[in-house]
Amino acid sequence: MMEPLRLTALPAKEVPMRQARFEPYVDNGGTVLAIAGSDYCVIAGDTRMSDGGYGIQTRQYTKIFQLTNKCVIATSGMQADTLALRKRLETVLSRYQKEHGKPMSTPAISQYLSNTLYQKRFFPYYTFNLVCGVDEDGVGCIWTYDAVGSHERVKMSSQGSGNQLVQPLLDNQVGKFNQRIVDGPRELSSEQAVSLAKDAITSAGERDIYTGDFADIVVINSTGVHWEKFNLKLD
Amino acid sequence: MSSKHFRFPVFGQVDYFGQPQHSAASYTPSEEKQRTTDPIVTGSSVIAIKYNGGVVMGCDTLCSYGSLARFNNIQRVKQFGPKTIVGYSGEHSDFQSITQLLDDLVIDDQCIDDKSQLSTEEIWNYLARVLYNRRNKVDPLWNNLVVMGFDKKTDKSFLGKVDLYGTCFKDDYIATGYGQHIALPLLRKAYSPDMTLEQAQKLITDCLRVLFYRDARSSKRVQLSYANANGMEISAPIELETYNWDIGEAAVKSFDQV
Repeated sequence: MMEPLRLTALPAKEVPMRQARFEPYVDNGGTVLAIAGSDYCVIAGDTRMSDGGYGIQTRQYTKIFQLTNKCVIATSGMQADTLALRKRLETVLSRYQKEHGKPMSTPAISQYLSNTLYQKRFFPYYTFNLVCGVDEDGVGCIWTYDAVGSHERVKMSSQGSGNQLVQPLLDNQVGKFNQRIVDGPRELSSEQAVSLAKDAITSAGERDIYTGDFADIVVINSTGVHWEKFNLKLD
Repeated sequence: MSSKHFRFPVFGQVDYFGQPQHSAASYTPSEEKQRTTDPIVTGSSVIAIKYNGGVVMGCDTLCSYGSLARFNNIQRVKQFGPKTIVGYSGEHSDFQSITQLLDDLVIDDQCIDDKSQLSTEEIWNYLARVLYNRRNKVDPLWNNLVVMGFDKKTDKSFLGKVDLYGTCFKDDYIATGYGQHIALPLLRKAYSPDMTLEQAQKLITDCLRVLFYRDARSSKRVQLSYANANGMEISAPIELETYNWDIGEAAVKSFDQV
């Protein structure tokens, strides 16, 4: 018997609605950390930018950005969002300077950043920030954030892909937490902090594949913002 | 579509396009916003390096339709204004749309007639903003763009990259697409900032040759672009010197005789 004729041109099933599948976020990795003292703030950040996987896009992308003579912002996470956030802060700060005849204070910047991040609560900037510098009294200060603007003032902090490696080290060495016997002075000198920051970022580079290449070391004190480049491993 | 489309029934003919009568509302193309969910006609790698006195960029002329080598002679580099060249990989049509944007920008700038021209870095920054803006709409322009140029006044060369997220950076050597996996490690090993034009040319051609051997979406018809003190130039397509495939000819001929 002959097969009954089937009309193959008619769709057998209804076509399911195709969803737009584009993932708008990418994690470019990297580690930033900061240590604050009574009259200084030390910030370190590596300069590797990964492509979201195993690849390195560039070895020369600096994650630390100077906002005023007393304040820098260190950001890891998605680079495109970081740039957008920086540009936004830069515009507002230059306007503030023109309107008030003085740069915005570091604590004010920290609050402004939180508000800015929270404004994008439902399509967040994928950025993990540290606002670091000295406040109006010249005391070193750090604010640490999540992507949607929750923030806290701390003595030391780290953000980014090496965060889990660096934070306990800072807690132990700067905060003197979790030690049986605490001896020596409780606060690090600026030089000790720089040395610790270098060790911390180097160690993060040894274990974290997204951290490496070079490190920016920034020291902020009453004399201004001082930059230094530091080599990490290129592997 | 809200209006009912009336069709005259024709005896004995199957109405292939008639609307299903008693089915729940489903896919209505007109109501869904069209987005680039995946690229269709795509170009593969672009590679570029800075040398002592300028920049060289290289890419092939192929635009593929999936795995089909569909368009064999498409120029994947374009000059915008007097001192900028942009090369792309990714969706061809999206780049055509970017081309319109940039041409408008350059023409508007020229019309102001103030002897000021957009610098390469400005064009690169503009592109980064456009692509970032589109990713914010979750409607990306599916391209990796390599922007290069040479400013005669300051004697400085420029090389930068922008991707579909709006990620942008400057570097001494840049590769996109498969080139990121294959050419970039080669460039890292062979690169030195004081290369001559000839050395840079050779490095780019060698990389393109390796890409031709390993990247199935590439071709051996390539174009080199230059930005240096002599100005900008996009060369005519060249056939890469590759392995001598004639060695198989005898075997093929013998098939003929079977």
